[in-house]
Amino acid sequence: MSFGPFLLLALMEGMVTSAVLALAAVGLSLVFGIMRVVNVAHGEFFMLGAVSAWFVSQWVPGPPAVAFVAALILCPLFVAAIAALADMVVLKRLNYQPEATIVATIGLLYILQQAALSFYGPDARPVPAPFNFRVQLPWFGYSGYKIAVVAASALVLLGVWRLLAKSRVGLIMRATQYDRETARAFGINVDRVYAGVFALGGGLAALAAVLIVPIQQAHYLMGTDPLLLSFIVVIIGGLGSLRGTVIAALLIGLSDGVISTFFAPTLAKIVATLLVALVLVFRPQGLFGRRAL
Amino acid sequence: MLTLSGIDAGYGAVQVLRALTIEARTGEVLCVMGRNGAGKSTMLKTIMGLVPATAGSIVLDGLDVTGLPAHEVPRHGIGYVPQGRRLFAELTVAENIEIGLMTRRRGQRTREEVLTLFPRLRERLNQVSGTLSGGEQQMLAIARALCLEPKVLLLDEPTEGLQPSMIALIRDTVVALKATGVATILVEQRVDAVLSVADRVAFMTGGTVAETVDAAGLTPAAPQFAAYVGV
Ligand SMILES: Nc1ncnc2c1ncn2[C@@H]1O[C@H](COP(=O)(O)OP(=O)(O)OP(=O)(O)O)[C@@H](O)[C@H]1O
Ligand SMILES: [Mg+2]
Repeated sequence: MSFGPFLLLALMEGMVTSAVLALAAVGLSLVFGIMRVVNVAHGEFFMLGAVSAWFVSQWVPGPPAVAFVAALILCPLFVAAIAALADMVVLKRLNYQPEATIVATIGLLYILQQAALSFYGPDARPVPAPFNFRVQLPWFGYSGYKIAVVAASALVLLGVWRLLAKSRVGLIMRATQYDRETARAFGINVDRVYAGVFALGGGLAALAAVLIVPIQQAHYLMGTDPLLLSFIVVIIGGLGSLRGTVIAALLIGLSDGVISTFFAPTLAKIVATLLVALVLVFRPQGLFGRRAL
Repeated sequence: MLTLSGIDAGYGAVQVLRALTIEARTGEVLCVMGRNGAGKSTMLKTIMGLVPATAGSIVLDGLDVTGLPAHEVPRHGIGYVPQGRRLFAELTVAENIEIGLMTRRRGQRTREEVLTLFPRLRERLNQVSGTLSGGEQQMLAIARALCLEPKVLLLDEPTEGLQPSMIALIRDTVVALKATGVATILVEQRVDAVLSVADRVAFMTGGTVAETVDAAGLTPAAPQFAAYVGV
């Protein structure tokens, strides 16, 4: 294969990484932006999404597509419910103090990881893709499913943006973000907003995982990488900026695709980490940090 | 309309309000005066449920609202204009008004009434509220509270840093609301502003109301102003 098609393939792989990363990172970014909580357990919500998708694929009979659609709906809801519970039972009682919530979410990380090890086991298990057709390009064939992942992720991101910018619920979330005491004085149930935002963040991570699990397999330790990459993306994009998060996910995903293909995956990680360092030194608020959401 | 009896409240271990008793009556403007740190803002926050009362009771129109979750208090009809305005600064004028309307599910009719009261806001509906002038911000803070169609309106130093024409506008608004039966508690430091709108004046010191007097009997030279406000 000559260089041009090879680059195209690398970019397409990068787009898949970007799409899934953007979903996971937007979840992390929303939670930080609105609640000022650094959720260290975010990667475990991702892992739970993948692991629960495997269970659903076992329980739901019929063709893989049916089980997959079931997982796509049920797993994010399941993880969102766990996240809401964690918010109400743990974070709320800590009054959302920054240091305390970091420690608490580290604890949550280990609890969820060990729970997954107990109930799911140490193996990596695949979940069948809902369909297997290949898109034949002039130079190579490409997984139709991967293209569908990119499209699905773009749709969901558009939905999240509309929710925040155009809906009543989004208005309530933004008001809470800017001034929670005054929000209360205008009838906004801040506790419920927080539980909802934490659930939304966890649900987005889970959705990203359900989308990726036919490509990557489910494993109880799979949350670490997405957590790290999500943090990288959120820092580069600017904490709490939705647009910045998506652009940074594209930047990291595409460069990861290209560098991994032409050089080595390790180099891709080094470059990403270097980017974070540069951003922190020269533009600590992130590329789009000034603009909220 | 709104009665506070024997209220104790504070921040954590620091007690600020001590056995505070005060009453706001329908169609009346009650001005609250007192030195910095007397606990005026804390009293309003306690009414709103933002600072928990550790003793005493708050009764609104026959309904005990003491200890209600803070977000339920405004739904019973208390509009709050906080000190320093506390707009949702990154939201637009229209969005701030929308939040006010949502509190008690008021709709288009209320919105029109409020915007008619403050035409300057109507011209700036899509402006980010943090970029409004100080006076416009205060109008918006009042407009947002009026979107609740409140039975009781709490205003915390609304004239702070404003020029005379703006102060006059706020006074006219308060007088107009009074005619519709709203009970207003107005925290205010300027003697002339107080005497021009107040029906009664409560003087606070050390977290409690030391004296409440009819405004009709007060002149700028009254001893209470010197004793409790220091002017
Ligand atoms: N969030 C807080 N935490 C701790 N103490 C507070 C807090 N807010 C106010 N206080 C204290 O409570 C006391 C009363 O404050 P408050 O704001 O009610 O006074 P005020 O009468 O409104 O004064 P001003 O005229 O300056 O607005 C002050 O001693 C203040 O330091
Ligand atoms: Mg005050």
